Amino acid sequence: MTDHFRRDADSAARGLNRIGEADRRSAVRRYGGLPAPGSRVPDMGPRPEYSAEAEERILGGCGLMGVCDESGGRMSGELAVRSMASMHDRGNGLGGGFAGYGIYPDFPHAFCFHMLYTDDASKDDTEYYLARHFVVLHHEPIPTRPVRGIQDEPILWRYFLEITDQRLAETQLSAEDYVVHAVMDINAHINGAFVASSGRNMGAFKGVGFPEEIGQFYRLDEYQGWTWTGHGRFPTNTPGWWGGAHPFCLLDYSIVHNGEISSYGINQRYLEGFGYNCTLRTDTEVVTYLFDLMLRRHGLPVEIACKALASPFWKDIDLMPDDQRKLYSALRMVYGPALLNGPFAVVLGMGEGMVALNDRIKLRPLVAARNGSTVYVASEESAIREICAKPERSWMPRAGEPVVARLAEGVNPAASRSGEAFEVAASPAAVA
Amino acid sequence: MAELTFVRPEFRVRIDRETCIKCGRCVHQCGWSVYHLDEEGRPIPDHAKCAACHRCVTFCPTDSITIEKNPLAYKDSDSMSPAHRKAIWRQAETGGVLLTGMGNDRPYLRIFDHLLLDACQVTNPSIDPLREPMELRTFLGRKPDFVQVAMGDNGSGPRLLTELDPQLKLETPIMFGGMSFGSVSLNVHRALAMAAKESGTYMNTGEGGLHADLEPYQDHIIVQCASGRFGVHADYLQAGAAVEIKIGQGAKPGIGGHLPGEKIDEQVSTTRMIPQGTDALSPAPHHDIYSIEDLRQLIYAIKEATGYKPVSVKIAAVHNVAAIASGVVRAGADIVYLDGFRGGTGAAPTVIRDHVGIPIEIAIAVVDQRLRDEGIRNRASIVAAGGIRSSADVAKAIALGADACGIGTPVLVAMGCHVCQKCHTGCCSWGITTQRPELTRRLDPEWGAERVSNLVRAWSHEVAEILGALGVNAIESLRGSRERLRALGLDESTMRILGVKPAGVGH
Repeated sequence: MTDHFRRDADSAARGLNRIGEADRRSAVRRYGGLPAPGSRVPDMGPRPEYSAEAEERILGGCGLMGVCDESGGRMSGELAVRSMASMHDRGNGLGGGFAGYGIYPDFPHAFCFHMLYTDDASKDDTEYYLARHFVVLHHEPIPTRPVRGIQDEPILWRYFLEITDQRLAETQLSAEDYVVHAVMDINAHINGAFVASSGRNMGAFKGVGFPEEIGQFYRLDEYQGWTWTGHGRFPTNTPGWWGGAHPFCLLDYSIVHNGEISSYGINQRYLEGFGYNCTLRTDTEVVTYLFDLMLRRHGLPVEIACKALASPFWKDIDLMPDDQRKLYSALRMVYGPALLNGPFAVVLGMGEGMVALNDRIKLRPLVAARNGSTVYVASEESAIREICAKPERSWMPRAGEPVVARLAEGVNPAASRSGEAFEVAASPAAVA
Repeated sequence: MAELTFVRPEFRVRIDRETCIKCGRCVHQCGWSVYHLDEEGRPIPDHAKCAACHRCVTFCPTDSITIEKNPLAYKDSDSMSPAHRKAIWRQAETGGVLLTGMGNDRPYLRIFDHLLLDACQVTNPSIDPLREPMELRTFLGRKPDFVQVAMGDNGSGPRLLTELDPQLKLETPIMFGGMSFGSVSLNVHRALAMAAKESGTYMNTGEGGLHADLEPYQDHIIVQCASGRFGVHADYLQAGAAVEIKIGQGAKPGIGGHLPGEKIDEQVSTTRMIPQGTDALSPAPHHDIYSIEDLRQLIYAIKEATGYKPVSVKIAAVHNVAAIASGVVRAGADIVYLDGFRGGTGAAPTVIRDHVGIPIEIAIAVVDQRLRDEGIRNRASIVAAGGIRSSADVAKAIALGADACGIGTPVLVAMGCHVCQKCHTGCCSWGITTQRPELTRRLDPEWGAERVSNLVRAWSHEVAEILGALGVNAIESLRGSRERLRALGLDESTMRILGVKPAGVGH
C-alpha cells in the first residue's frame, strides 16, 4: 500500500469508534447486533428480501484459476489477471473477481473487511455497526483506476478490524465466530451493504465486468500475494450487482466456482441449522459456508472435508479396507446433507493455502500443474501455460480428488485455526 | 321374519350365461360365499355379499363374470349422501360401531398430487441413471453432529475417531410398514421377509409377534412392541435388526389394534401368546407410557435389552405432530416413523379412519422443520408412511424431508389385494388378510416375494430416474431439498407449511 491510500486514516478511524449518534442507533438496535451467547440460530429478526441482484438464484458457467506458492513467495496480482484474460470467452462480462492472500503484510492479524456499498447511508450504517463491535485499526477506500467497461461501481471501502478480549469474553465467542456473526448481520440486515471478504491478510476484488477489466480497475498489479484465485462469470440472466461476482468469502475462506450446486436446497437448510444465513441468491455461497463449517468449526482436515463434499461412490467405499470403509461410510452418513451434488469445479483459497476440487463425476473442467513450489489450477490448461509456460508436471485431477497446495510452516502466522475448539469441545456422544 | 335391510347391495355381479361353462370355479374362489349353484349347475350370485375383490373375475376361465356398480338411484342430496344414509341404516340395524379396513378413502386434498418435481436444463446437466452410478443407499439411525478424524502419520491412512450409533442400512429408501401376523397371513409375512432380504430393506412384524419360520430373515426384520405387547419377550426383541415402539397408527390415531377372534387360529395364538379364538384388543395407550418420560424409559429399557439396537417410535400424524416428534427424538428414539391419515389398517372404526389425523405430506414438512429448528434433525431419521402410492410419492416425501418411506398397502396390492376394504372380515379371497387355511394357501410366499421385490426394484429405478433428471446422483441430495418441489393449486398457508414455492417461481 502507498501513502496515498492512508490519507486521513487516523482521523477517520477515530470517528468510526465514536458511539452515540442517535439517528444511527435505532437502525442498529433493529438488527440486534451480535446474537446472545450460546444461541444456535442467531436471533436476528426477520430476514429482508435480498434482491439486490435478482429475485431468483443465478445460474451460469464460468472460468476460474488459482495459483499458490507453497514456499510463501509473493506474486503480483497481475499474474492472476493475465491468466484469467486468456479465458476471456468463458465469461460474458457480467462478473469477474479475484482473491489475494498475503497482500496486507502491514496488518497480518487484522480481519480485513472489503465492503461494497450502494450509497452513503449503507456505509454510515455499516460503519456504525463496525465501530460498535470492533476496533477499527485502519480504514480507507479500496484504490481503483478508471477502466473502460467498468461502470456503476459501488462505494468500495476496506476496514482492518480487531476485536477486544473483553468483547470476546462478553459474547463467549471465538474471534472467528464473532466475525461470522457480524458478516451475517451486515449482509442480512443492512440494506445496500455487502461484505465482499472478511479474512486476515487477504481480500476479494470483484465486480461487474470481464476479469481482466476488474483486475485493472482494482490495480491488482500493485499487490503481492502468495495465493491468488480468479474468476470470470457467465450468468444466464442480466444482473448488475457487484456482490454477485466471485469469489464468495467468509473469514479466510474464499471460493471461486464454476458450475451449479443441484443440491443447493438441502445444503442451505443444513447450513441454516448451524446459523448461516444464505441470502445472496447464489449457490456458491453454500460452498464457502460448508468449508467454514467443516474446516473451522468441525476441525476436519481439508482432504477429509473434500471427501465429504464430493464423496466417493458406495460401490468404491464397499471395496475399501475396513478402517477406510468405516471412515468414508461415516462421512456420508453424517455429512449427507453437505454433499455438493451437480456439476462444479471450485478453488478454495484459505489461510493455509489453496484447494481445488471437482464434483464426484467431473462434470466441469479443472486442470492442475506444479512447478517447483508453485501449484496452479485452472479451467483450461492454456490459462496455466499463460503464466507458467513449462510446468514440471500438469495433470487432470480426477473427480472428487482434491488438489491441495499447503503453505510452508510459518508463512502465514494468522492461519492457525483458533475457532476449532469451539465446536469440538462438545463431545459428539454427549447429545443423548 | 327375514331381517329387513334398507342397505341395498353396492355391486351387481353379472354373469354372461352364453359363455359360462358352469365350471363352478367362481363358487370355489369367492371368500365371501357370493355364489351357489342352482339345480342346473349355474352359479347364482348373492349381490349383497360381493366386495368387488375380482377374485372370481380373475379366475373365470371364460371371462364370463363382471362386477358392476349397483346403478340404484338415490334422491339427490349433497348433504345427506347415499353413503351417509347407508351408514345410518346400518347403525340403526345393529347399534354398533362401523368397522372398515385399509386406509382413508375420503376425497380429501391429496397434496402429493399437487407437488411437482424439478429437472435440469442446459445450465446444469441431468445425469443418465442407465450410464452413471445412482445411489439410493440410506442409513436410518442417530448421527452425531460432526465426526472427528485423525490424519494418519507415516503412511497409514486417515482414521475415524467418532464411534457412530448402530444404523439400519437400506439399499433403497423404501421399507415395509408394520402389518401383524394375524391381521395378515403367515404367507404374507414369509413373502415380505424374503422380499426385504432380496431388496436390501426391512419388513416390520407389526404387533403380532414373530413366527419362528421367519427367524432366518431376522437381519431384515424390525420387531414391533405395541400396547398389547403380543408376542413380546426378550428373545423377540433381540431377534430383530431394530425394535419399533408403536404409539399410534395413521389409520386410527388414539386407538389400539383390534384383531377379531375369528382370525386367531392356533399359529396366531402361539405367536401372540394369547388363547385361540379370543379377540386381541390392544389398549389405546401403552399402560406403561402415560407421558414422554415414560417413553424414554421404555426406549432405554429396550436398548439395554437389545445391546443398543436402533429404536424406532411410530406415531400417527396428528395436529401437534411436530412437538410430539421433537419429544420422541429427545426421549432417545433413533427413528421417528410418521404414519399419515391415509395409512392402512386391518380393522378400524370407520369414523376414526375417515376423520382423524393429518396428511403425511404435512407431517413430514412440519416434523423435519421442527427438528431442524431445534438443531436435532441429525439425532433421528424420519420414515414417512401412510399414503405412499407410487415412486413419485416416495421422491416427493423425501424432498419434503423424509429419510425413507414405509409402504404397506402397495405391497399388499402387489400380492393381489384389490383394496376392497374388507380386511377386518377375515374372508380375503386373495389369502392376504385371512387365516382360513383354504384361503391363505392361495398366496405362494415365493411368488409374493418376487412380486414385492419387483415393485421395490421398479420404484427404485424410477426414483433413480427422478434423481438423474434433478442432476444429482445420491438420494441425500434430494432429502429435504424442498427447493426442487413446486406446488400447483395449493393455498398460501399450505405452501408455507410445506416450505414449497408455487410453480412458476424460480430458484
